[in-house]
Amino acid sequence: MKLNSLHLDNAQALLARAGQPLPTPAGSDDPAYLQRLIDALCELSLKDPLTGLSNRRHFLSALDQEIDRVSRAGDMALLLMLDIDHFKRVNDRHGHPAGDQVLRSVAHSLTACVRPMDTVARFGGEEFAIILPSCQSVFGAQVAERILDRIAATPIVLDSGEALQVTVSIGGAYAPQWLRFTAAAWIERADAQLYRAKAEGRNRVCLEPQPDSVVSAEEKSLLFGLSSLGEPLHDDGVPSHGAD
Amino acid sequence: MNQPSMNSTPPSPLAAAQAGLPAYNGKGKVMAVTSGKGGVGKTFFSANLAAALTRRGHKVLVLDADLGLANLDVVLNLYPKITLHDVFTGKATLEDAILKAPGGFSVLLAGSGMVEYSRLTPEVRDDFMKVMQTIVPRYDVVLLDTGAGISDVVLFAVSLATEVLMVATPEPTSLTDAYATIKVLAMQQGRQQVRLVVNQATRPGDGRNITAQLQQVLNRFLSNGPNAQPGQAIKLLHMGDVPSDQSVKDAIMRRQLLLVHAPGCPAALALGQIAGRIEEAVLGHHLA
Repeated sequence: MKLNSLHLDNAQALLARAGQPLPTPAGSDDPAYLQRLIDALCELSLKDPLTGLSNRRHFLSALDQEIDRVSRAGDMALLLMLDIDHFKRVNDRHGHPAGDQVLRSVAHSLTACVRPMDTVARFGGEEFAIILPSCQSVFGAQVAERILDRIAATPIVLDSGEALQVTVSIGGAYAPQWLRFTAAAWIERADAQLYRAKAEGRNRVCLEPQPDSVVSAEEKSLLFGLSSLGEPLHDDGVPSHGAD
Repeated sequence: MNQPSMNSTPPSPLAAAQAGLPAYNGKGKVMAVTSGKGGVGKTFFSANLAAALTRRGHKVLVLDADLGLANLDVVLNLYPKITLHDVFTGKATLEDAILKAPGGFSVLLAGSGMVEYSRLTPEVRDDFMKVMQTIVPRYDVVLLDTGAGISDVVLFAVSLATEVLMVATPEPTSLTDAYATIKVLAMQQGRQQVRLVVNQATRPGDGRNITAQLQQVLNRFLSNGPNAQPGQAIKLLHMGDVPSDQSVKDAIMRRQLLLVHAPGCPAALALGQIAGRIEEAVLGHHLA
């Protein structure tokens, strides 16, 4: 195939604009170049241009894939929805370029707090979403707390030299392991927790309560310690027989 | 301040769906028999309860809902060619797979080919639901003999039931697992009550003490729990004890129903009483 018979200039311009120029190799008709170009375009179509995170389209397809996986593998998976607190004030007081800088800084903090296998996405506006596959309930809360702390501890120095501090509110819900469900329902549940985090004062994590099958030491001690179960002994050391 | 908040939350659409018990046509009751721990006599109890209810004039079906590791066939000494597996895969009709068990009740066995169904995929879920919608209107009571543990298949099978019957033994491990299961059922399915039968009881009053003890811990840890209303823990209803009895072991070794093998033994008499209480509480009437 002759590469110069194709109209690749638009695609190349898009990539160049995104900072990933991929000019046609001189005099080459290498199909591998075409493959690289297609891959780069796909990559570009899944990214949010401002933050470099997954865009909403990629997020929704990743979420569908995760639902499929969870319903087949019975795995634990957590969806976090995050929103920058009082973001409108940033835009109003410091202008939209400052707002963009805040979004990029938060995006960077989010990526730094999760595993490579997790999907971090800009869901829209100042709202972000993170899919955490294979995430046990104890770790989910830890990850969310880590994100909260890191963002609160990361000052954002604006071009004006002024340093901003932002916080986020985080809501999260685990995938139901034994019910058929939709991406929309999962997002709605995580969103409900995000609203709760906002309502309870922002800069906090609210996770949907997990059914906990772990029996704590306190529960066990109450079950057995004070109980008439086991072999409570009379003074003479003979097991008592409960009267009926 | 920055602790993950686990306080009460407005019920999500999902929680609302889970809180609603399944609806079936007709007045057939669906009772899940479950245990938390394995090896406490759950399948033995299901089979003999079915026989006792049948004797009292009810039309009963026991469904082997332990899809991965079924052993209702062993308890009943039935090894059918056609099982639920064939119904799920479209190789046989439901009617072909329903058998008459020795106690006069009907059984639907999972069969050993069900290992691939031990994971709850949407397909398995749909197949299961279809079978339930068909059989429930045809019987007075359908007993779901679930697997041990709190796996997704077990929780799903229990979610199909209008009543939950927990079988436990006085052993601490059994009680701990029963407690864990009850807690999950309360939180995840919004169950308001669970019936409890204590198997292999060694002392009079075992079951009553165990019920009180479990209830006390549930009140303490669930009334403050995320989904529970204050002071509204799940209610445990003690349905009776099956005493430890050598005849039970003999019946199991002979693969016979206890009610056939030794109808007059203490365990068989206790099973009859429990069936009577379940009849009154769940089926709402005496036929005999």
